[in-house]
Amino acid sequence: MNLRSAWIDPWVWRMAWRDSRSSRRRLLLFTSSIILGVSALVAISSFSANLRMAIDEQARSLLGADLSLISRTPFEEADQPLLSQVGGEQALQASFSSMAFFPRSADFRLVQVRAIEGNFPFYGKVETDPPSAADEYRQGPGALVDDALMQQFEVGVGDPVRLGEFTFTIAGRLLDIPGEAVAFSVAAPRVYIPLAYLEQTRLIQPGSRVRYRNFVRFEPGTDVEAHVTQLEPRLRERGLRWDTVEERKRRLGRAMENLARFLNLTGFIALLLGAIGIASSIHLYVKQKRNTVAVLRCVGARTRQVVTVYVVQALAMGLVGALTGSLLGIGVQLLLPRVLSDFLPVSIPFAVSWLAVAMGTGIGLGFALLFSLLPLAPIRRISPLVALRADFEAVAARRDPVQWALGALIAGCVCLFAIAQTERWVYGLFFFLGLAVAFGLLVGVAKLIMRTVRRSFPAGWAYVWRQGLANLYRPQNQTLVLMLSLGLGTFLIVTLYLVQSTLLSQAALTAGGNRPNLVFFDIQSDQRDEVREIISASGSPILQDVPIVTMRLQSLKGRSVEELREDDNRSQPRWLLTREYRSTYRDHLIETERVVGGRWIGRLEGAGQAAPISLEQEVASELEVELGDQLVFDVQGIPISTYLASIREVEWQRVQPNFFAVFPAGVLEEAPQFHVLVTRAENTQQSAALQRAVIQSFPNVSTVDLGLILRTVDTILDKVAFVIRFMALFSFFTGLTVLAGAVITSRYQRLQETVLLRTLGASRRQVLQIMVIEYVLLGLLAAATGLILALGAGWGLAYFLFETTFLPPGLPILAAILLVVVLTVLIGYLNSRSLLDRPPLEVLRSEAAA
Amino acid sequence: MSEESVLIVEDLTQTYVSGSRPLTVLKDVSFQVRRSEACAIVGPSGSGKTTLLGLCAGLDRPTSGKVVLDGLELNRLNEEELAEVRNRKVGFVFQTFQLIPTLTALENVMVPVELRGETGVRERARDLLDRVGLADRTGHYPAQLSGGEQQRVALARAFINQPAILFADEPTGNLDADTSQHVDDLIFQLNREAGTTLILVTHDVELAERTERIIKLRGGRIVSDAPQLQEVSRRLP
Repeated sequence: MNLRSAWIDPWVWRMAWRDSRSSRRRLLLFTSSIILGVSALVAISSFSANLRMAIDEQARSLLGADLSLISRTPFEEADQPLLSQVGGEQALQASFSSMAFFPRSADFRLVQVRAIEGNFPFYGKVETDPPSAADEYRQGPGALVDDALMQQFEVGVGDPVRLGEFTFTIAGRLLDIPGEAVAFSVAAPRVYIPLAYLEQTRLIQPGSRVRYRNFVRFEPGTDVEAHVTQLEPRLRERGLRWDTVEERKRRLGRAMENLARFLNLTGFIALLLGAIGIASSIHLYVKQKRNTVAVLRCVGARTRQVVTVYVVQALAMGLVGALTGSLLGIGVQLLLPRVLSDFLPVSIPFAVSWLAVAMGTGIGLGFALLFSLLPLAPIRRISPLVALRADFEAVAARRDPVQWALGALIAGCVCLFAIAQTERWVYGLFFFLGLAVAFGLLVGVAKLIMRTVRRSFPAGWAYVWRQGLANLYRPQNQTLVLMLSLGLGTFLIVTLYLVQSTLLSQAALTAGGNRPNLVFFDIQSDQRDEVREIISASGSPILQDVPIVTMRLQSLKGRSVEELREDDNRSQPRWLLTREYRSTYRDHLIETERVVGGRWIGRLEGAGQAAPISLEQEVASELEVELGDQLVFDVQGIPISTYLASIREVEWQRVQPNFFAVFPAGVLEEAPQFHVLVTRAENTQQSAALQRAVIQSFPNVSTVDLGLILRTVDTILDKVAFVIRFMALFSFFTGLTVLAGAVITSRYQRLQETVLLRTLGASRRQVLQIMVIEYVLLGLLAAATGLILALGAGWGLAYFLFETTFLPPGLPILAAILLVVVLTVLIGYLNSRSLLDRPPLEVLRSEAAA
Repeated sequence: MSEESVLIVEDLTQTYVSGSRPLTVLKDVSFQVRRSEACAIVGPSGSGKTTLLGLCAGLDRPTSGKVVLDGLELNRLNEEELAEVRNRKVGFVFQTFQLIPTLTALENVMVPVELRGETGVRERARDLLDRVGLADRTGHYPAQLSGGEQQRVALARAFINQPAILFADEPTGNLDADTSQHVDDLIFQLNREAGTTLILVTHDVELAERTERIIKLRGGRIVSDAPQLQEVSRRLP
């Protein structure tokens, strides 16, 4: 009889059904461990299908136009012929950073100003409160202000807001801008004003970083891509960049796919944990079925028939789990837009993607089956002799090649899934290896703990303690699987927390001592002395006075940037070739710099020579320049020849200006420039007073203070961490489900033990104590293992990635451990309670059939 | 070899590796059993009785020697063919009853026949349960039956496929005296009615003496193989 005929053998199905009778509830419990993983996968896949659809449907409103032309310089008369050629209906926008001052509350904040002329957005709608404000602000000198900012400063519609030297009336709150995610407005809240009033703010000064956009709407049916391709040479000639709906859609689609993939992988971890839970439950289940299998073999059942009986059970169980998970997934999908709302640039309609449901169910079922086959394989080797002598062990201690093959198959499937998710085999492989290392470490620590407990067993302890402790390593123990599931969940959640707190404490550290914490920028040359005076009058030191000259790269090692740009074989990134360099000049190095190559030359001796400049090491290596190489910069129309004299390492984290290129003194003094002043305020009150004083005299000057940076970093990290925590919860709760499954599965062994103990006269209290001790220890060990790994990962990330000191916070970590322990004990207790409250014999009778 | 022999055992040796050294459990055991004969294998613990039973029933493979069961040389059969032989020709009664805990008494009895894909076996199973006195217990699970009742269900299961040979391993070893007596009577009664060959492994001298022939094992060898006089005389016309 071959395997196929075993599948159509009615006896197999009948037997699978009959045999499951007393263990159906238990089997269903096994399945529950994959439910959460499957639901996460289904929810995320279905959600990202909706997201794709929403991006497609709302594509034009993402850009607000069919085409956007982007320039660093204003569109002028000379551009008219080109703009006419572009055609369509056009609208202008100038955007830049500036301080916004709210006279009513005397609050101020660095904002992103968008000055608009024309009917932009052509597609989609800027949502405001009141809704009419989206149009009304254009009529008078009105402004639309980011809602969160208005709430923070407690200002309302009708209140004034000053930008530069002009005061606008707030016409409404900005609620939603199509194509933009809320999370990114945290760093720079938006303020919309009519372009006609930009002049009066006097904010556009030399050195201001303004981005001009010309938005275009074409007649319906215009082939925008073809039109742009035709215009391309002239656009390039003018130095314009451009953005089309298709391009925006591609970029956004990619970003969203990445988000969905990341979430999917997190969901997949939960599924894997659940599958491991299933494997461990089935392993115990098979042990209990050993006799039944042997008897069936004795009375003439074929190996395939018996194996298929249990595969059918596993399959049915997987199917129930996967289907339940899918249904739950649809529910979870409803939650996702709320969890992710801050990161979504489009509004997401709710629709169930049946393809996602089918795939999630399939993957769930597949993994449940694969992981069940692993412990089911040994059934093949159960000898009928077991029926004659219970202690018979076939000489099958050797590893079963089928199990090895199944293990390899599982690893292969996990790897394939990861590769399919990341769509880059390198990433997939990394994910797989990372997972393997994490699992390996968890297993390693679990085994180490078990061995240590066994080796140095505290023989002098009280009976209940010894019994509880021994349960950790005795046969049928749950230590390993719980370590894996609870440990991994704890590990993920705590690592995230550590990274967040490390980043924050690093930022806070830079505020210590005499370090700068307040930066004034965009100071014009004629304002410099007065700003210095205001700062000094407030009692704050001028720590740095930095001149800034804007320039572009003209040629590199004798080749012009145009030539390099056209060269497809160049290896320098485009952005480094075409960007605007904001450089400084001085005759000394500062605290945050260190020369790592060449020699620092602080002054240019003799006119007409090439200037010895210093580049930051990353930039130098990306530009592929070496010491002595020639670089020519275009400083606002005048070519300045330089050569690379030194390479610097720069500590970027400090709150102060740092530069890619530093010129020596004696070159740029006469060039148009503006200034940055760096100071330190002793406290927030002093800082606020100083900023207010400067802004009131010089509204074009912007400030950045460390407090603001800290708040911004914190807010953004909070939003990211919330999403990741939400996903990690799936792993964590899967861990708890696995725990419940494990407790129920081991119940029969525990039952006999409990009955024996109670028969021998142990009180209910003692039995309860043993149980609580065991689960407290399990929870503690799992949490501690996850924690140790998280501390390692946190340290590694801090040391290698963020290059900072690792400062783990104590109290929250203790709270995390406590939570894991309490949950573990609670679930252990709830599932074993029925064994405690009934007379021993009754328990034996009712459970013996299992 | 006599045509009458349903079981032929020739030079059977079984060696296990225990730890690192080999342990010979059976050494050159040979005997034959005629059809419908009732035969007891006796001997002290560790003498190799159960091992011999397992080999004769095709549950295990010998290190050397051969077993011919109802004309089939077991050595030449693969695992699946052995399962087929057990299903068609062999019945088992175990010391620990070995009913499947998740099946009712009736379902336990039906298993061997259902395995073959035969239908309509319910009546036959009911009949057999009736004959062992459990007509009213068909829907009970093993845990709800007493030891004696469980062993009677096991007897019904052993006879449902009308086996050529019944192997019983200490069938009453786990039962009290009165229940034992009842189960013993049933075994012999059913055996006689069906004309089945019976191989009985037991410590129980009284039980062994009810068979026609006693094979004594010690240290893995046959130390005596003698027909029982009263049984022989009973069989004489």
